[in-house]
Amino acid sequence: MTVPHKVETDTAAAEVATALRHGPLEHRAAEFERRSASGARGVRLREEPFLTQLDLRTSPGSSSAASVADALGLPLPAANRVSGDEHDAVLWLGPDESLIVAPDGRAESLLRTVRTAQQGGSGSVVDVSANRTTLRLSGPMAREVLEKLCSLDLHPRAFGPGDCAQTLLGRVVVVLWQLDHEPGYRIMVRCSFAEYLADLLLDAMAEFLDG
Amino acid sequence: MTSPSNPNRVNASVRAGRIDRTRTLNATVDGRPVHGRPGDTLASAMLAQGDIEVAPSIQLGRPRGVLSADCTEPNALVQLLDGACPEPMLPTTEIELREGLRAETLSGVGWLSQQRDTAGYDKKFVHTDVVVVGAGPSGIAASLAAARGGARVILVDQHRELGGMLLDGRADIAGHPATEWIGRAARELAENEQVRVLTRSAALGYYDHNYLLVAESRTDHMAVPPPSTSRQRLWHVRAKQVVLATGAHERPVVFADNDRPGVMLASAVRSYLNRYAVLPGREAVVFTTSDSAYSTALDLLGAGARVPAIVDTRPEPSARLVEQVRAAGAHVVTSAAVVATTGQHRISGVRVRGLDDDGSLTGWSSEFSCDLLAVSGGWNPAVQLFAQCGGAVRWDPVVAGFVPRTTGGRSAKVVGSARGTYDLAGCLAQGFAAGAEAATLSGFRTAPPPVPQVDGDRQGSRPRPVWLVPDESRPPERCTEHFVDLQRDATVADMYRATETGMRSVQHVKRYTTISTGLDQGKGSGVNAVGVLAEILAANSPGEVGTTTFRPPYTPVPLALFAGRTRGELYDPVRTTPMHHLHVEAGAVFEDVGQWKRARYYPRGAEDMHAAVLRECAAARTGVAVQDVSTLGRIEIVGPDAPVFLDRIYTNGFAKLAVGKARYGMMCGADGMVLDDGVSMRLAEDRYLMSTTTGGAAKVLDWLEEWLQTEWPDLDVYCTSVTEQWAAVAVVGPDSRTVVGRLAPDLDVSADSFGFMRFHETSLTGGIPARISRVSFSGELAFEVNVPRWYGEALWEATMTAGSDLGITPYGTETMHVLRAEKGFVIVGQDTDGTVTPVDLGMDWAVSKQKDFIGKRSLSRPDLVREDRKQLVGLLPTDTTTLLPEGSHLVEPDVSRQPPVPMLGHVTSSYHSAALERTFALGLISRGQQRFGDVVCVPVDGRDVEVEITSPVFYDPEGVRRDGPAQG
Amino acid sequence: MLLVRCPWCGDRDEAEFRYGGQADVDYPADPHQLDDAAWGEYLFVRANPAGSFDERWVHTAGCRRWFSLVRDTATNEMRPDIPRRREGR
Ligand SMILES: [Zn+2]
Repeated sequence: MTVPHKVETDTAAAEVATALRHGPLEHRAAEFERRSASGARGVRLREEPFLTQLDLRTSPGSSSAASVADALGLPLPAANRVSGDEHDAVLWLGPDESLIVAPDGRAESLLRTVRTAQQGGSGSVVDVSANRTTLRLSGPMAREVLEKLCSLDLHPRAFGPGDCAQTLLGRVVVVLWQLDHEPGYRIMVRCSFAEYLADLLLDAMAEFLDG
Repeated sequence: MTSPSNPNRVNASVRAGRIDRTRTLNATVDGRPVHGRPGDTLASAMLAQGDIEVAPSIQLGRPRGVLSADCTEPNALVQLLDGACPEPMLPTTEIELREGLRAETLSGVGWLSQQRDTAGYDKKFVHTDVVVVGAGPSGIAASLAAARGGARVILVDQHRELGGMLLDGRADIAGHPATEWIGRAARELAENEQVRVLTRSAALGYYDHNYLLVAESRTDHMAVPPPSTSRQRLWHVRAKQVVLATGAHERPVVFADNDRPGVMLASAVRSYLNRYAVLPGREAVVFTTSDSAYSTALDLLGAGARVPAIVDTRPEPSARLVEQVRAAGAHVVTSAAVVATTGQHRISGVRVRGLDDDGSLTGWSSEFSCDLLAVSGGWNPAVQLFAQCGGAVRWDPVVAGFVPRTTGGRSAKVVGSARGTYDLAGCLAQGFAAGAEAATLSGFRTAPPPVPQVDGDRQGSRPRPVWLVPDESRPPERCTEHFVDLQRDATVADMYRATETGMRSVQHVKRYTTISTGLDQGKGSGVNAVGVLAEILAANSPGEVGTTTFRPPYTPVPLALFAGRTRGELYDPVRTTPMHHLHVEAGAVFEDVGQWKRARYYPRGAEDMHAAVLRECAAARTGVAVQDVSTLGRIEIVGPDAPVFLDRIYTNGFAKLAVGKARYGMMCGADGMVLDDGVSMRLAEDRYLMSTTTGGAAKVLDWLEEWLQTEWPDLDVYCTSVTEQWAAVAVVGPDSRTVVGRLAPDLDVSADSFGFMRFHETSLTGGIPARISRVSFSGELAFEVNVPRWYGEALWEATMTAGSDLGITPYGTETMHVLRAEKGFVIVGQDTDGTVTPVDLGMDWAVSKQKDFIGKRSLSRPDLVREDRKQLVGLLPTDTTTLLPEGSHLVEPDVSRQPPVPMLGHVTSSYHSAALERTFALGLISRGQQRFGDVVCVPVDGRDVEVEITSPVFYDPEGVRRDGPAQG
Repeated sequence: MLLVRCPWCGDRDEAEFRYGGQADVDYPADPHQLDDAAWGEYLFVRANPAGSFDERWVHTAGCRRWFSLVRDTATNEMRPDIPRRREGR
C-alpha cells in the first residue's frame, strides 16, 4: 500500500553522501567568528547545521499522542515550551504541532519510531531536517540583539530557558528557542532566508563588537 | 559679574543654572561664533551672548526673536551644516550645544541635503508594565511609585535630565530645593534594574493597545559620537499601563506687533534664568492672563532686572501675589492689556490700555519702556498623545484649557499639568497615585507613597484669557499685525478672511490659513487660533469650536529613523536557493520573484537577454537544458482523508490518482477564479506532495489550513510545508533522458519504465537520495530531480557534469516563460489576474464534471457563463519581428480611436520564439475562443500593430515531443 | 500596531497575523442548492458595522491556526470570541 520512502530511509546511501552536504551558512563560519565578541558585552553567532528535525502532528490528548511521547521518551511540550534538552527536544509549534529536534543523522530512525507509535491513530510526521538551518546566538548581549529584530517580550520575566516561539525576526519567520540563562538562543530559520537573517543579526551585533 | 562675550549670563551666586561653568563649548551660527557651556541649548547660549533676534519671518520678512525655550518654538529655526546629513528646521531651543556645532538660521524653510544620510538609525522592541511619558514632577512621582511596587517601568523624557518644569522654577520639596529631590529620584530609578529611563527621547505616537513609538537621540549632543552607535533609535514600546505626564505649554497672546524680537513667553524667560542662568533682558514688562507669570516677575527682580509693569488682564489678581511683587519693586496694572509694541528691531517699549469686562479697550493708556516683554496667554495641557489614541478632550473654563475628558479607566492615566493641575503638591499626588494604580493593575499591588511638603509654588487663581486684544485703531478683520501663528506669518485678518469665505470648522480654517501646520503642529498657535475663531464666530467658549485632530509624530523626526536598518541590502528579505552562488558564478542575471532571487538568464560573452534566451530555448528544444526549480512551493498532505480533501481543493480529481503518479492540478477560489496551480504526486494512499507556484506557496498553505480548520475540521488531514526541505532541478530536452540516466544509475529511465507523470525514488551517484519525476512545463521530454536541500549544490554540479558532453545549458525564468508560452501553458498571476476562470483559459479538461470542488458553484453564475467573457488566445503579430508590449490593449481594427475606445482585452505574455522563428504572445480577449483567425489591433506608441488571434498552443500541438526521441 | 491575542500562542503583534474578514460565514452545505442570488450573497456580501464585529484572523507567522475574536471597529478593543457552533476548532 505504501511505497518505500527511499529518500527518507536509505540510511547506507545517506551516510556515503554526507560529505556532499552543505549548510546554507557554512561559507560564512569564519565571518561569524570574526564578528562575534566575548566579554560582559559580548554576543556570538554560529551555525548549527544538519540538526534532525521532524514536524509532528498529533491530536492533543489522543492515545496516539501519548504513545508518540512514550516512544520518544519525552512528554509532548506545553504551549510555547520545549520538552527535553538541546540534544533531544520536542518544541511546541501549535496546538497539534510539534518539532522533534535531535542530533544529525537521526531522521530515519525517529521517523520509524514515530510512525510506528502513530499506527492506527491520527497524525503525521514529516522529515523537515533540511527545511531549516539553526543559528545559535549567545552571550550577555544576545537578548539586546534580538530586541532589535523581534517584537516578542524576551525579558526574563516573560521568556526564559525552555521557552520557544514561532515569530518574526525582522520580516523572517523563525522558531526562537531559549536554551539557557546566559542567554543563549537557537534560531531555526528556513534555509532560503538564512543569509538574509544572518546579515540582520550581524548588523544588530555590530554595536557590541567595539563595545 | 558677566563676561564680555556672555553679557546676559548670570553670576553663579545669583543663579547656578544647570550648566557646567568649568568648560566652554564653541559653535558657529551664520559664521559667527557662539560660546556656551555644557548644559546650554543653542538658544540659551545665543541669548547669553545677547542674540535674541533670529532670521526674519517666512512670508513678511519681519524681524523675529526667540519666543520659547521648548519644542513650541516658531522662530528660532536653524539648519545644521555638519553631520552625516545636514538636517533642516531644528529649533535652537531643542539643540544641545556641542563643541564644533555649525548652523545657519532659517526663515521658516530649510533645505534638503543632497547627501545620502549615512548616520545609523535603529530600533528596539521593549515591553513594560508601565510606561510614563514625561519626567516632570508628576512623571517622576508616577515612576517611583510604580517601580517601588516591583513593576517594570519605562520613563521617557525629551530632555537630557529629569525634572521637567521643576528645573525652570525654584520650588522646594521636603524642605530642600527640588533639584535634590530630582537627584534622589533619578538615582533610585537608575539603581532599579526593572526601570529603564530614556532621556533625550520624545514619545512620538501613542497607538492602539498601548503601543508607543519613542525617538531617542543618542549621539547628537556628542562632539565625537562613538562608532557603531546609532544616531537615533526608535523604541517600540508595548505597555500594560500608560501614564501621560506630558506637561503643558504656555501660549502667547494675540495683540498688535506681538511678533517683535524681545517678546518671549513668561515661562521661557523663567526657564532661561533658572535652568540656563541667562537673563534675556534687563527691563522686562510682564503681560499675563493668570498667576504663573508672577513667578517670572519675582525671578527677574531677584536676578537684578527691572520690572516696570506687570500687566494683568484680570481685575482682581491674587492679592498675595500682588503684594509679593509690589514688595519686590514691580508695579501691577490690572484690567489691562498690552496693545502695541515699539522698537526698531528689538522691542523698546509697550503701550498698555485698560480692558473692560467684555474685553473692549477703556479710555486710559500708559507706556513703558522695556527690552523684554514676558507674555503669558495661559497654559495648554499637552494632550496630543492622549488624543492620538482616541482620548477625547473638553474645554475647562476654570483652567482655560483643553483637558482630557477622562483620566483613568481603560485609557491612559493623565497626571499633572497635562490635565490642568498646576500646583506642585497636586502634580506629585496625582503622579504617585497613578503610578501605584498602574503597577497594581499590571499585577504589582502597591500603595502610593506619601506626598512630601512643598512650597515656593504658584497658586492657581482663575485665569482670564484674552484671545484677541483689540487694536487701538483698526477693526479686528484688519488686524494684519496680530499674529496667531508666527511660523506661518498667519494673522487675525487671515482668520477673518477664512470665515468670510464661509468656513466655520476649525479644521477648514486651519487648512485655509495654514495656522498650526508648521513644524510645531500648533503646539503654540493651535488653541489661540481656536480662541480667536470662537470670538469671530461669537461662540460661547473655545470648547464649542473644538480642536483640530492631533496626529503623530508629536515632534518632527527624520524619515531615516523610520527606515531604521531596513535600507539597502537589508531592505527586504532576500531568499536564495542552495545553488545560488553557482548561478552567480555562471554570470546569471537575476530577477525578483516575490522575495526570491531567481536566475533570469545566463548571458555568454556580450549576449543581451534576447540572444541568451534564444540560445537557452534552442538548447531545451534540441539538446538539454537545466533550471533551478528549488523555489517551487511544496506541501506534504497526510491523512486518511487527504484524497477527499484534494478532490475538494482541486478543480480536477485526485482521489483516484494512483500511488507513484503525479497530476497537474488547478485550484480556484470560492468565486471560481484561478488561485494557483501545480503538480501533485501521490506518495502513498494517505500521502500527497503538492507543489505550488513560487509566489503562491504561503498563500496556498494558508488556504488549505483555512478550509481544514474552519470548514472541514472533521477531515483527518495534516499539511506541512516542505518547500525548503527540497532542492530541485528541471532537466529538459531530447537529451535529458541521457543526463538523468547518468545522474541516477540505478534508475531505468526508458520511456517504457518511466512514463510521463510518474515519479521514482532512487539514489544519485555519490549516494544522494532523490525523488525524480517526469513532468514537463515546456512540452519537451523533461525530468524534475528533487534532493534534500543541503545536497542542492551537489545536485547542480552533478547535473552539469553529467550533461557536459551534451552541451547542457543552464536556463533561467525568461526561457522557462517562453517555452511554456509556446505550449500555451499559463502562469498564474501573469496570464491570470483574479478575474479569470479555468474555463476562460480553455482548461475545461481540468474541471471535473463529476465531483464538487471549491468554486464549482460559481462557474454557473450568470456572469461566468457570459458569451463575451475574455478568454485565453494566442496572438501572432502580422509582422513576425514585432514584440507586443505586455499589458497592451486589444481593439477592433475598424473602430474609431476617439475615446472611449472599446477594449476587447489585453496582452498577458509576449516573447521572441526560437522554435517558431518569430514573435508571439498570449492574451485575454472577449469571445476569444470563437475568434481564431480574426485580425485585431494593438495600439503601440500611437501606431497600430495587426495581430491574428490563434489557438494558444503554438508548438507541438500533438504533444509528440513529450516522450522524447525514440530510443535506439 | 495592534496586539492580537492568539488563543494558542498568546499576545503577538498584528504583523504576525493575516486578517480573515467576517467570522461565521459558513460555506453552504450544498452550494448547488443555492440560487444565484443566495450564492452571490455568500460570496460577496459581508457586514461592516461600526462597533462590535466577529472576525477571523490567522496566525501566519506563528502557529498557523485560524481563530475568531470580537473587535470594536471604532476603538479596536478586542475580546476573545466565544466558540459557538463548531466543536472541532
Ligand atoms: Zn498562534
